[in-house]
Amino acid sequence: MTNQTHFHLKTFLPIAVMIVAGPLGNVLLGKGMRQIGKLPVWPPSRLIQAGLSIFDSGLIWLGIASLITFFVAYMLALSWADYSFVQPASSLAYGVVALLGYWVLGEKVSPLHWAGIAIICLGVLIVGRTTPRTTGHG
Amino acid sequence: MILFSLIVIAGTGGELCVSRAMKVVGDAKSFRPHEVGRVILSALCVPWMWLGVGMMAIAFFALLAALSVFNVSFVVPVTALSYVAGAFGSSVFLHERVNRQRWLGVLLVAVGVTLVFLGNH
Repeated sequence: MTNQTHFHLKTFLPIAVMIVAGPLGNVLLGKGMRQIGKLPVWPPSRLIQAGLSIFDSGLIWLGIASLITFFVAYMLALSWADYSFVQPASSLAYGVVALLGYWVLGEKVSPLHWAGIAIICLGVLIVGRTTPRTTGHG
Repeated sequence: MILFSLIVIAGTGGELCVSRAMKVVGDAKSFRPHEVGRVILSALCVPWMWLGVGMMAIAFFALLAALSVFNVSFVVPVTALSYVAGAFGSSVFLHERVNRQRWLGVLLVAVGVTLVFLGNH
């Protein structure tokens, strides 16, 4: 019983980090890319030039740092639990993205959008009540 | 459309490869920096990890390009199409048993994300 509690704790802690760091990274990247503007697709030389200029933005680097934090937490979670558990469980991040988009970037979030987020959370709850691991290791 | 396809396909493929690599590496014993570092270094020695990171890099640049045109609250829900790809991929590619309850959860998440998508139009 204690082992089961410990297993759930060490699975849900990195998932909690993922839920915060992932959306924060996306919002920072969104803000950074909004400042940079639409990327040219043609000719390729202009695309490469614009692609390199992305990395002059401090917001982009902050977003990358946040996504690296997300990625490390994701790796830890995957070492303990199945992919088909970790991926849906981390979908609470959609709610956090919408909240951050609404508060930080001033994006419009419609009632249908919020209803969708509620259904996502319900789905996450159902997934969260299943066993995190179904395959043996090693 | 190409950008979103790249985000979903390369992103999901990358995640499946990373997951496969992490199953080779095995369990992390604790959250200590030394142990986290050991897990990361071990993972870097697995070819699946490099394939996964390469695919995720493609998905990342496609995401940046999409964010330069659309809102975050529009782009991120669209990427949830990866739930469909992920559920099928994990059962076929990783041989994980995705039971009926999990499928229901994944389905609800997908329906919710679709509403979010529709709510933006």
